[in-house]
Amino acid sequence: MIVGNRKDFKEILEKLGPRRRVLVLGCNECVTVCGVGGEREVGVLASELRLFWKKEGETFEVREHTLERQCDCEYIDQIRGFADEYDVILSMACGAGVQYVSEAYKTKLVLPAVNTTFLGVTIEQGVWSERCQGCGACILDMTAGVCPIARCAKSLLNGPCGGSSGGKCEIDNETDCAWQLIVDRLKESGQMERYEEILPVKDWRSGREGGPRKRVREDLKL
Amino acid sequence: MRLSYPSNVKVVKLPCTGRVDVLLILRAFESGVDGVYVAGCMEGECHFLRGNLRARRRVEYVKGLLEEVGLGGGRVEMFNMSASQGQRFAQFAREMTERIRLLGPSPVRK
Ligand code: SF4
Ligand code: SF4
Repeated sequence: MIVGNRKDFKEILEKLGPRRRVLVLGCNECVTVCGVGGEREVGVLASELRLFWKKEGETFEVREHTLERQCDCEYIDQIRGFADEYDVILSMACGAGVQYVSEAYKTKLVLPAVNTTFLGVTIEQGVWSERCQGCGACILDMTAGVCPIARCAKSLLNGPCGGSSGGKCEIDNETDCAWQLIVDRLKESGQMERYEEILPVKDWRSGREGGPRKRVREDLKL
Repeated sequence: MRLSYPSNVKVVKLPCTGRVDVLLILRAFESGVDGVYVAGCMEGECHFLRGNLRARRRVEYVKGLLEEVGLGGGRVEMFNMSASQGQRFAQFAREMTERIRLLGPSPVRK
């Protein structure tokens, strides 16, 4: 899933500036699961705004609404009837959602309430961890299912580096060394001979370095 | 036991403090209360095992939110006591009332 962090309340207030009619817009997908932008978090942010403005003695209108997704236009269209009543849409979706809402409501100010951070997994309730950087040419088959692009601090294709110690990465002793994990898994799965193969220099054009990406499936088009 | 505690304390009964939710506390503040405290069972003695531990974490989280919005984290607190400690219940009610009195009325109620 896509994982993010809520922006600081102070930053959100600064971005809102003098605008007081706010539509706080949540998303029911990834950001709900990672506890950053679903219905509950919309409720919390809206409540914070109301408490703050009440305290300041201001008049305001805060509406809470959560869409099934903010990355599909049919859902975004669902706020067409009332979006105009607000000065600003404060989106709690990932960056993709914020952009798609803003594309759909060109005359409206759409602000992000979330810092989108990574593609990851739930380690335990309340803890998420990065797993993939969307490089566009997956090499997990070569690395026993552990991604060195996303999980090695240096994105080394042939590791570990000299900083690997006791299974931990040199960046901090809480972070597993991805290459230690790779070697462990190669051993566990009886593929240690893979480790002898030097991975070639990666062609990064399939990743972000090749510019914005797009995917088309003609057969799915209407 | 015929114990008395300050009459300003309104009791909201929940099956377990594990039901305490961040939004529940925030809504109370929106409605204009001056402070909220959660009275849970002693740690390690939760009938549902971890309800009171979860409540404590949520209370801590709300403290941060209240700081952010400028109400001050001191307006919310978690206390632990067993069901038989009526004295302790009354004592915390007095402590919290005193603390809130020092902080003054909620600025939201203006
Ligand atoms: S190799 Fe690329 S696509 Fe595969 S998990 Fe890593 S970043 Fe993601
Ligand atoms: S210690 Fe391991 S994870 Fe960290 S940079 Fe070196 S190889 Fe990568």
